[in-house]
Amino acid sequence: MYAQMVDTGLRKLRDAAELSPEERAFQARIDADVKVEPKDWMPEAYRRTLVRQIQQHAHSEIVGMLPEGNWVTRAPSLKRKAILMAKIQDEGGHGLYLYSAAETLGVSRDDLIADLHAGKVKYSSIFNYPTLNWADIGAIGWLVDGAAIMNQIPLCRCSYGPYARAMVRICKEESFHQRQGFDIMIAMAQGTAEQKAMAQDALDRWWWPSLMMFGPPDADSVHSAQSMQWKVKLLSNDELRQRFVDQTVPQAEYLGLAVPDADLKWNAERGHYDFGAIDWSEFHAVLKGNGPCNRDRLRTRVKAWEDGEWVREAAVAHADKRAARAARAA
Amino acid sequence: MSKEWPLWEVFIRSQHGLAHKHAGSLHAADAEMAIRNARDVYTRRNEGVSIWVVRSSDVVASSPGDREALFDPAQSKVYRHPTFFPMPPEVKNI
Repeated sequence: MYAQMVDTGLRKLRDAAELSPEERAFQARIDADVKVEPKDWMPEAYRRTLVRQIQQHAHSEIVGMLPEGNWVTRAPSLKRKAILMAKIQDEGGHGLYLYSAAETLGVSRDDLIADLHAGKVKYSSIFNYPTLNWADIGAIGWLVDGAAIMNQIPLCRCSYGPYARAMVRICKEESFHQRQGFDIMIAMAQGTAEQKAMAQDALDRWWWPSLMMFGPPDADSVHSAQSMQWKVKLLSNDELRQRFVDQTVPQAEYLGLAVPDADLKWNAERGHYDFGAIDWSEFHAVLKGNGPCNRDRLRTRVKAWEDGEWVREAAVAHADKRAARAARAA
Repeated sequence: MSKEWPLWEVFIRSQHGLAHKHAGSLHAADAEMAIRNARDVYTRRNEGVSIWVVRSSDVVASSPGDREALFDPAQSKVYRHPTFFPMPPEVKNI
């Protein structure tokens, strides 16, 4: 998802007997759905896992502004441009809510950003794909934000209070993102033959990367099991992916577009859609830094940070000067 | 690396007549910038009619370790709630 394959630092799930009394009390509170708050005692591995997860999530929001920013100057109308800018501004806001939530765990935002720029921390694989035609902006809202909502709604109930509260705010805004995306897809799919072909092209390219957003099948993942026990992950990758497919296929049918999967078919017995095998080698290549846009995305982020350095310094110098002047006058 | 902007806590009053409520936090070089940033980060959809910002380092908070000492005594004082007193059904307006 926006945070994929979060490492918990633990090799296996421990049972109650292996936990310290403090850890056992902590787990009991989580089992009773009591929220963990910043000043509460928490196991170091829980804290570190959350820092990783929340910062990956935050970085994804910020890097996610880039593929969309590509279309601000080329949006087909003033209305679409205003909507796109509002959406991109939201993504920036989401990143800020999440950085603040991470900071309650005793890390600094500048350090988190330095980790991203040094390549120590990932952002979602999905943002390493290019936005080649205007329908891609529709497909991102519809599919990528749709997949994000699928993941983020359960996280509103996660065990860490500041993360859960940030998620509530984000989910309220995310729904606008998905609908504006579908609105673009409707306009394109019901437009000229050329526009419909662009919509189909966008769906063809974004479908599989969207399914990969949920992360690898988690059958053997010790990290997923630990994250679920701590309630920082509420549903498994496969469960969320299935829900996403079930929800999205009828929407594609409405648009009159074909989902690019020859194996996709309704399974009446399961009550779900069956779908084809995902090419996980592509996912791992993108995570390793070899997606179509990895280098470009990181370069753009680092440049924005470095170009803004003098502004950050000037603002601090100005604030210090005014504070000193006020102190002298007092 | 330059000095990191300090952290501020943001409180928003959603409508006239309601109290300011904690919305979240943000970084800003000074109070004026904190108000401007709060406007962009926390009131993009008419969430507020008034903003307070306070330096996070100025917030004094109770500690989780004091939870029992501070809050447990109230648990045994159920008579502080009106529902503690059953009223005869024929008595009205009370």
